[in-house]
Amino acid sequence: MNYEFDWGGIVPALPYLAQGMQTTLILVVVGMTLGISLGCVLAILRIFAPKPIAKLAAGYVNFFRSMPLILTIFWMFFLMPIVLRAITGNPYLSVGAMYSAIVALVLAESAYYCEIIRAGINSVRSGQMAAGKAIGMTTLQCLRWVVLPQALKNMTPALINQSIGLLKDTSLVYVISLNDFLGAAGQMGLRNGQLVEFYLFSAAVYLVICSAGVALVNHLQKKNKQAF
Amino acid sequence: MIEVKDVTKHYGSFQVLSNCSTVIERGEVVVICGPSGSGKSTLIKTLNGLERITSGDIVVEGVSLTHKKTDFAKLRSRIGMVFQSFELFPHLSVIENLTLGQMRVLKRSKQESIERGVGYLQKVGLAAHRDKYPGQLSGGQQQRVAIARALTMDPVAMLFDEPTSALDPEMVGEVLDVMVKLADDGMTMVCVTHEMGFARKVSDRVIFMDQGRIIEDCTTEGFFGDVQNRSPRAQEFLAQILTH
Repeated sequence: MNYEFDWGGIVPALPYLAQGMQTTLILVVVGMTLGISLGCVLAILRIFAPKPIAKLAAGYVNFFRSMPLILTIFWMFFLMPIVLRAITGNPYLSVGAMYSAIVALVLAESAYYCEIIRAGINSVRSGQMAAGKAIGMTTLQCLRWVVLPQALKNMTPALINQSIGLLKDTSLVYVISLNDFLGAAGQMGLRNGQLVEFYLFSAAVYLVICSAGVALVNHLQKKNKQAF
Repeated sequence: MIEVKDVTKHYGSFQVLSNCSTVIERGEVVVICGPSGSGKSTLIKTLNGLERITSGDIVVEGVSLTHKKTDFAKLRSRIGMVFQSFELFPHLSVIENLTLGQMRVLKRSKQESIERGVGYLQKVGLAAHRDKYPGQLSGGQQQRVAIARALTMDPVAMLFDEPTSALDPEMVGEVLDVMVKLADDGMTMVCVTHEMGFARKVSDRVIFMDQGRIIEDCTTEGFFGDVQNRSPRAQEFLAQILTH
């Protein structure tokens, strides 16, 4: 190989890369929290709500699972200002890339989280719901105290897997010029003429983070095998 | 106390219960028996509204289960149910299993719930296991905890759906002992069971079901003692089980 690696540019660039990483982490954490919350609501609607509402929730899920995430991000970036301006009547209202990215990620990821949570809830023995009802608890109480705690234990590995996917999906926000970690690395690389080194470095960072996530999943799956 | 009035239930096009009627008085111990598929489990589950009925009515302590405004959760908190598969909450310890319903449904304080829970655990002989998890208990122990869990809600009646059918033979006795004690204390009990020895010893009445219908509904002495006057299907059933 004739290419000479020049890693010198990486250390001075770290502060800039750290800012990008901050954006990535915000997107992941907010995406996960709001995504799982919305996914929970959707899952409960799909399982327990009357048929018309359940169908709406199912439609939402199917829609966002069918759309390429890049398209969803674009839409939110261009659509949200239009919609909000129409609602608030303020023609100068701007939303900004960060907020559109968050909304896009939450809406899309919640569809996937919904399916994971639905599978988790259905994996709890039906007798548990009956037993909870038999001591006088309402359906919601059964969910809160009996079914969901067990379901969450079952679905945590899948949830973490999905979140690892979310981490990688955040790199798509470059299309709306939002600077996440990968975007920052690319910019630095271009500026220094060290694109290869910077991309290799980013790959290493993603690898470390995702490996930690996968290790957590494996650990939890082993622990679960010992449980009830 | 519990009136079953001409109850019919369909699962789609399949008729599970046909025109079942009976009355269960306070303090009575009633055993429901019959061959598999006769609808016994379904019938007992309709008594606390876990299964809905297609037609007819069920009135529990004056509350009609088919009335639109019936608060099923409230009704179920007054009737205890014990399941064949125990259905303890595996993510909670034994004492937590007993206090969950008391705190969330009856709104008792944690202190009081624990006190009452331990009291009932002592009654079923398992006070030493209060902090264990269901997975660490044997089947017989789990079922006794399940009975204690139902009792902590201070029910007016207890429903048992084949409580010993999933147990090793050695553990059946310890559970039946608890049920006998309950009966002696005057609890109203409806039991679906195959344990004819228990039925004979403890119950006041026997209901025999076949293919979704109540074929026999008579006193225990009449069912086991006066066999010639029973219907042919019941005689067949008795002949089979009493030869063991």
